[in-house]
Amino acid sequence: MSFDVSAVRRQFPILSQIIDGQPVHYLDNGASAQTPDAVLDAVRVYETTSRANVLRGVHRLAERATEAYENARVEVATFLGVDPMEVVFTGGCTAAINLVAYSYGSLLRAGDRIILSELEHHSNIVPWQLLRQRSGIEIDVVPVTVNGRIDLNALPRLLTPRTKLISLAHVSNVTGTLVDVHAVVTLARTVGAKVMLDGAQRAPHGPLDLPAMGIDFYAFAGHKAYGPNGIGVLWAKAELLEAMPPFHGGGSMIGRVTFAETTWAPPPRRFEAGTPPIGPAIGLGAACKWMRGLDWKEAHAHEMALVERLMDGLQKIDGTALFGPGSTQNRYPVLSFLLDGVHPHDVAQTLDSFGVAVRAGHHCCQPLMDRFDLDGTTRVSIAPYNDNTDIDALLTGVQHAARTLR
Amino acid sequence: MTDQLYQDRIVALAKAKTGAGKLTAPTKSARRDNPLCGDRVIIDVRLDDGGKIAEIAHQVRGCLLCQASASALASVAVGRNAAGIEKVRLDAERAIGREEGEAGEPFAAFAPVRSHKSRHECVLLPFEALKEALS
Repeated sequence: MSFDVSAVRRQFPILSQIIDGQPVHYLDNGASAQTPDAVLDAVRVYETTSRANVLRGVHRLAERATEAYENARVEVATFLGVDPMEVVFTGGCTAAINLVAYSYGSLLRAGDRIILSELEHHSNIVPWQLLRQRSGIEIDVVPVTVNGRIDLNALPRLLTPRTKLISLAHVSNVTGTLVDVHAVVTLARTVGAKVMLDGAQRAPHGPLDLPAMGIDFYAFAGHKAYGPNGIGVLWAKAELLEAMPPFHGGGSMIGRVTFAETTWAPPPRRFEAGTPPIGPAIGLGAACKWMRGLDWKEAHAHEMALVERLMDGLQKIDGTALFGPGSTQNRYPVLSFLLDGVHPHDVAQTLDSFGVAVRAGHHCCQPLMDRFDLDGTTRVSIAPYNDNTDIDALLTGVQHAARTLR
Repeated sequence: MTDQLYQDRIVALAKAKTGAGKLTAPTKSARRDNPLCGDRVIIDVRLDDGGKIAEIAHQVRGCLLCQASASALASVAVGRNAAGIEKVRLDAERAIGREEGEAGEPFAAFAPVRSHKSRHECVLLPFEALKEALS
C-alpha cells in the first residue's frame, strides 16, 4: 500500500489554511515542524482536565498531571527504545546538550579532549567552548568532505587516550547527511571515549533503537519532532546519569536539603529542577506516539522521493548547485542549495511570496559556512506531510528568483 | 505571488554597485556583521580635512537589500559628515516605517521593505558600519 500523504496532511490543521490567497507550502521543518491534532488534543486535555503541578500535590488534579507527565516519559522512552528512567525532559535540544556539557563535563579534567565535527550546529559547539573556558578541556574537530559528510577517515588520528567524548550531529541540519554511527562508536571504543549524538534532525523521521546504536548520550527537540516547543529530551545510559552531578538546582531534584548539605534525587529527577514544562512534555509524548503510528518505511520512501523530485527540478534551473550529497543514500530529507548570483535570503524571501517556507542563511553552522566560504545556503527540510505540490511551488519560486534577481 | 519586495528600483540599486570595492588608502574602515543572518559589510572612507567624506567604498557579503542599501548610501555619502549621514539614515528609517515622515531619495525606493520587519536590519547594516567608521 502506498503512503497516503493526504491522510497525514489532514491531521495537521495549519496546513489547510490559506494565507493571502495561497496554500501553505511548509518546507522549514528542520527549524520547527508542524503539530498534528493528536498532539494539540493531548495538550488541550491536560490543560482542561488535569492542569496542576507534578510530583508533589496530593489532590486529584496533581495525581492526573503526574501520571500524564510520567506517561509522556514512557512514550518518549518507547520511541527511543530505552528505559524511561534514562529519559530526562529538558527545555529543548540545546538545553540537553548544555546539560551534558555542564554535568558530564564537570567530570572531565584539564587536558581531557572531546571531538566535534565541522558541520555541527552552534548548539553542539558553544556549550563545549564554555566547558573549555571553565575547565581547560581541549576540542578537536573532524573535517567535512566536499559532499558535506563528516570525514570519518580523519577521525582515527584525532583519537588520543585523553579523548573522553565524541559529540556529533546524527543528521546534519544543513546537508541532511547521516553519520555512520557504527563506525564512530567502534573508533570511540578504542580509546574508551563516550559518544553523544545530536538527534535534532533525525528524531523527526521515526523511532530509534538507541541501545543497538551503542551510543551513550542522545538529544533531540520536541518542536522539530511534531511536538510543542519548550521541551526537549536527553537520553543517557543510566550509569552515566547516576555519575553526573546536577545541572540546575531547585525543587524536585533534591534528596534532602539542609544549609549544611544537600543530597540529590536519583535520575532523571536530578536533572529536572523546578516545575518542568508539563504540557509540552505531554505533547511530546503524544508526538512520539503519533510518530510510532506511522509506517516509516513508507514515510521515509515518500520523503526521499520528494528529495529526488527536488534535486531533479533544481538541476533544470540554470545556476543552481546542491550543497551536500547529490544522492538520496545515507541521508535524510534536508537539502541545501545555492543559486548563483542570488543571496540565499533573497531566494527564501522570493519563495515566501509563492507561499513556500524555507530557511536561508548560515543555519547556526558558521564554521561549516566558513569552511566552504559561503554566505549561507537555502535549505529545504521535508516532513511526511509534504507533497509534490510543495516541491513544485518551490521550484517555480526558484525559477522566478533566477529570472528576476540576477 | 503575494507582494513585490524586489521591485525594479531596489534591484537596480543593488546591480549598480555604486561604491562597491575597497579604497587604497582609507582614513577609516569598519566592519559590521549581522549575527542573525550572517550579512557582513565593510566600509572604507577617506575623509577631508573638515571630517567630510571625500571617498567611500563598501564590500557587502549579504543579501540584495543590503547591497542595494550600501549602493544607495555610497551614492549620496560624499561631502557629508557624520551628522549628514544621520540625515540620510533618517530617510532610510522613514522608508521602512521606523520613523514618521516621507523618505527622501534614493531611500524612498526601500518602501516595499516596510512590511518585512525581519529584513529591516539588512537595509540598516551599511549605516551601522559607516557610523562606526565615522566615530
